[in-house]
Amino acid sequence: MGFILEIKELKREFVVGSQIVRALKGVSFSVETGEFLTIMGSSGSGKSTMLNILGCLDKATSGEYLLDGVNVKQLDRDALATLRNKKIGFVFQAYNLLPRTSALENVELPLLYQKGVSHKDRRDRAMTALEQVKLADRYDHTPSQLSGGQQQRVAIARALVNEPVMILADEATGNLDTRTSYEIMTLMQELNQDHKKTIVFVTHEPDIAAFSSRTVMLRDGIVQRDTPNANIKSAREALNSLPVSDDYQIS
Amino acid sequence: MIIKLVKMSVINLLRIALKALQRNKLRAFLTMLGIIIGVASVITMMSIGEGSKQSITATFSNMGANMITVMPYNNMPMPGGVRLGAASVQTLTLSDVTKVKENVHNISAVSPGVSSSGQAIKGANNWPTSMQGVSPDYLFIRKLSIAKGTNFTDEQIRESAKVCVIGQTVVDNLFTNGVNPVGQIIRFGKIPFQVIGVLAPKGQNTFGQDQDDILLAPYTTVMKRVLATIYLQNIYASAVSENASSGATDEIIQTIRDNHHLRAGVENDFDVRTQADLIQTIGSTSSMMTTLLTAVAGISLVIGGIGIMNIMYVSVTERTREIGLRMSIGARGKDIMWQFLTEAVMISITGGLIGVTLGITASLTISNLLSWPTIISESSIIISFLVCALTGVFFGYYPAVKASQLDPIEALRYE
Ligand SMILES: Nc1ncnc2c1ncn2[C@@H]1O[C@H](COP(=O)(O)OP(=O)(O)OP(=O)(O)O)[C@@H](O)[C@H]1O
Ligand SMILES: [Mg+2]
Repeated sequence: MGFILEIKELKREFVVGSQIVRALKGVSFSVETGEFLTIMGSSGSGKSTMLNILGCLDKATSGEYLLDGVNVKQLDRDALATLRNKKIGFVFQAYNLLPRTSALENVELPLLYQKGVSHKDRRDRAMTALEQVKLADRYDHTPSQLSGGQQQRVAIARALVNEPVMILADEATGNLDTRTSYEIMTLMQELNQDHKKTIVFVTHEPDIAAFSSRTVMLRDGIVQRDTPNANIKSAREALNSLPVSDDYQIS
Repeated sequence: MIIKLVKMSVINLLRIALKALQRNKLRAFLTMLGIIIGVASVITMMSIGEGSKQSITATFSNMGANMITVMPYNNMPMPGGVRLGAASVQTLTLSDVTKVKENVHNISAVSPGVSSSGQAIKGANNWPTSMQGVSPDYLFIRKLSIAKGTNFTDEQIRESAKVCVIGQTVVDNLFTNGVNPVGQIIRFGKIPFQVIGVLAPKGQNTFGQDQDDILLAPYTTVMKRVLATIYLQNIYASAVSENASSGATDEIIQTIRDNHHLRAGVENDFDVRTQADLIQTIGSTSSMMTTLLTAVAGISLVIGGIGIMNIMYVSVTERTREIGLRMSIGARGKDIMWQFLTEAVMISITGGLIGVTLGITASLTISNLLSWPTIISESSIIISFLVCALTGVFFGYYPAVKASQLDPIEALRYE
């Protein structure tokens, strides 16, 4: 399998007043297609900065970044936007759903910025994505009518709808309780194992990292450890071992 | 710009903007309110202006569009070209009338004009009015017509006959018992006159003047028996056509100057006005009013536009996270810009449509309730509508550009 992304000596510096903050000090690693990578590290270690660069929201100060064989450095703002639209699905800690807008319409959003997708196509694909996150029956609910976990699942459906080559999540379980976090991780594992999605998942909780196939540990802007996970835990089993509640049933 | 638009289909753009507006209907409506009021008032003002202008013009044409009036000169011009106190200046005489009749081409009728105010009396009824001494041609010049009886004749002019032709208002006030006035004797002051004709009613003109409050008698009678004067207050003439009136005017001026032995360089001791002049003077006064009112209304449109800009700025700030999210899922800067611009234009165009409807309704209501003449011109609708759309583009542009230039990461992090 080829590499979906490769980074070499990636550096990111922020100029704040007269001070230079070195958030990333030369990071190199590659991710293979189909991997489930977690990026861990303490607060301020550069995880979000890393993920933003991987997601083409931000550009490195120096270093190389190849996404699906494309050197991102040479692309302008618009081309980066198109790249995000086609190849990346974001999941945020704060869900970032549009308020007073139905789940279905929220999921459709990325497709609105693609040409040549018909209205019906858009509906169908959004519905399929909602089915993948088991929320098809809630398609007409607005975010305020959904729980935090359900909102995050809608956000995941939105990240899936454009059939991206990878899903990037920044502390996607950060706002959720253990049970709901495991539900989300179950979904993530399903997407990774059954639908072969590449996932890069930022977290600072070790038990979340245990569900992934590999963990990159950042510390002060450099890779401290990069370890494959020999013993991947099943999120579904972890969920089932929690005290019973019939709130969420995976078929 | 068109090519860029095609990239993200226009329909999607409209859909995105419409959904964003639907999320905050009340605010969208309040934002529109300025535009609605602006457009509605522009249309209403213009319709009132246009309506009164046309009815003034109609009034003057009705009074004889080809009419030329000569007045003794009065060196106290009033604003708007109207001169007062002509009666106190004595320069015009019957010999001027004769010369004009002889020498001026392109006129079809001439009449001297003298007038005296006083009481018309019939039995116990009396009516304060003014008697006009004119020739039989006056009816032709002023587009008056006889409804009952006859006009007076040249014979009666020569005899200074005590006969008169009266308007409907005078009839109504003197002959309260429904008697046919023709053949009856009325008194004007102390002098008895026989009514020989009744004029067809004309109603009120635009200025609210009663055109039927009229009492005509041979000019000779009024000059000799009523006023005892040899001077005229007016000479009325009728040009053969509206186009001929300016040439005829020049000839009249020359003829009277010659008759008055005015040397070159000496000012006229009389004044000549065509109806066209009057129409123009009054028309320009009224279009000045229209312009003024429309300008005031236009200002409210601009204020409406500033309202849009204000709300769009607030909206951009408030929706910073939304913008960040849209960018993160693939919206380009220009997609964001078009979205906000489209929202602004949608607000202004919807406001414009409501405003046009409201303006038309207001104009119709005004003309129905107050019986003011109003004319809704297509141009006023098209213009105010275009101005609206432009207002949306103009005032929506900067907030839209501001939105498009946001940094996605900062926008996503915005609290
Ligand atoms: N826009 C910015 N301007 C200046 N400094 C920044 C900016 N973004 C990040 N930093 C700095 O870069 C460093 C890494 O930040 P980053 O957000 O990547 O940390 P993180 O690992 O995601 O932390 P957390 O777990 O708290 O989310 C921090 O020291 C932070 O202050
Ligand atoms: Mg972070």
